[in-house]
Amino acid sequence: MIYSEKVLEHFKKPHNQGEIKNADAVGEVGNPVCGDVMKIYIKMEKDVIKDVKFETLGCAAAIAVSSALTDMVKNKTIDEALKITKDQIVEDLGGLPPVKVHCSMLGVEALHQAIENYKKNIKH
Amino acid sequence: MKRIYFDHSATTPVDKRVLKEMLPYFGEIFGNASSMHSFGREAYKALEQARGRVAGLLNCAPGEIIFTSGSTESNNLVLRGIIKALGEGKKAHIITSSIEHDSVMEPCADLEKQGVAVTYLPVKPSGVVDVGELRKAIRPETILVSIMYANNEVGVIQPIAEIAQELSKRDKKIYFHTDATQAVNALDCDVNKLGVDFLSLSAHKIYGPKGVGALFIKNKSPLKGIQLGGRQEKNLRSGTINVSGIVGLGKAAEIAGEEREKNNKKIGKLRQKLVKGIIKSIPDLLFNTDVNNSLPSHAHFSFRGAEGESILLYLDMEGIAVSTGSACASGSLEASHVLSAMGVSEEIAHGSIRFSLGKYNTHAEISKLLKKLPPIIGKLRKLNPIYKK
Repeated sequence: MIYSEKVLEHFKKPHNQGEIKNADAVGEVGNPVCGDVMKIYIKMEKDVIKDVKFETLGCAAAIAVSSALTDMVKNKTIDEALKITKDQIVEDLGGLPPVKVHCSMLGVEALHQAIENYKKNIKH
Repeated sequence: MKRIYFDHSATTPVDKRVLKEMLPYFGEIFGNASSMHSFGREAYKALEQARGRVAGLLNCAPGEIIFTSGSTESNNLVLRGIIKALGEGKKAHIITSSIEHDSVMEPCADLEKQGVAVTYLPVKPSGVVDVGELRKAIRPETILVSIMYANNEVGVIQPIAEIAQELSKRDKKIYFHTDATQAVNALDCDVNKLGVDFLSLSAHKIYGPKGVGALFIKNKSPLKGIQLGGRQEKNLRSGTINVSGIVGLGKAAEIAGEEREKNNKKIGKLRQKLVKGIIKSIPDLLFNTDVNNSLPSHAHFSFRGAEGESILLYLDMEGIAVSTGSACASGSLEASHVLSAMGVSEEIAHGSIRFSLGKYNTHAEISKLLKKLPPIIGKLRKLNPIYKK
């Protein structure tokens, strides 16, 4: 199993790593028993994701997905961010080994959950 | 960057002395060992010299050794070949352990589909098979017991002689196979002392070439070939003899026997330094290798809150090669079956790293690892959303 250069770059120096203390919402998915947990923090300005950070337990693919996805959604509107698919993340990373493709889904799920939580928070 | 190799359980570099003996057999001495002419005879001579050397290592007769492509083939040949010889059309039962290598596990699973019953013995938390459990598992139709000599992941040594003794108490003969792939470098492999009927080994784990191995078959043990063709190796393993590889295995076996004690001493000291250093500098880990009953080369850890593959890759970026010791790296996402059998929870098993040291490693290399590893674990734990900081 060999990772692309892009995956290894993200893994070596992950972008947007850490937590946002006063985040508007967070999304957390995964399970330590499966070996993957991804948490995404978002800071909003009106409809736009002004800042985004992640914390991830997992393999190089999970970390690279977190790093690439957070790059992709920064300064995007909620609608734009929700349109990002797992395939786009995989493409952005220059591909993922077949057994690791599920990690990209984890990223999408974490992001969607953060956005959902944000929408819920606004309503109340 | 000078790279550091701590993954000798995966494979070892070929010893220069081994390579030197092999080289003529790629050129000048190229004959088919089964040919009658002089070209064939010189290849045959080399083949039989190698057989003698492997027999010397195992303290058996040269006629009790056949050459294969490695332990995977040797293991398959024993498991399938004995069923073919004794079990076809009859009720047959095999006993093995829950911590065997896949090259035993997979053929067993396949035999189960063909109607053979297989018992997978549990192990104690240290990874050792409980001989009492084995005794309970024996049935009238038990044909074969297959237990590895030393485990590839955590390095734990199984009580092979004790198991053999237990089996010898039975009225009906139960054949006993051990996969000694990981054990040959470090442990006495005298088949008389071990009391086994079959023993598998691979050249590339003992500083020999890849793609060649051997199977010890105690005189008159029932076995039928599963690869058919030109009837080489007593019709148990058809296929043109891999003379250069076998010459390499012979030399590697000879060196392994001669230098075992010296290497064990050296490698044992390196491991002591490694283990002490890691336990001192990194909190919150499991050390899964029982130092009092393991190969001196192995040190297997699980680091809570840090994922194994990520640790491996960060170490790789520092030029240090290790293994996750779990199936994750090889394409399966499940935690290691060995750790599960030892009762290690899946959650922490995902953070596993196996260090397997070799005869060319140095104290300076261990020191470099001890400098590089703690910040890597720290970095991954910091990145982990659910690890308490």
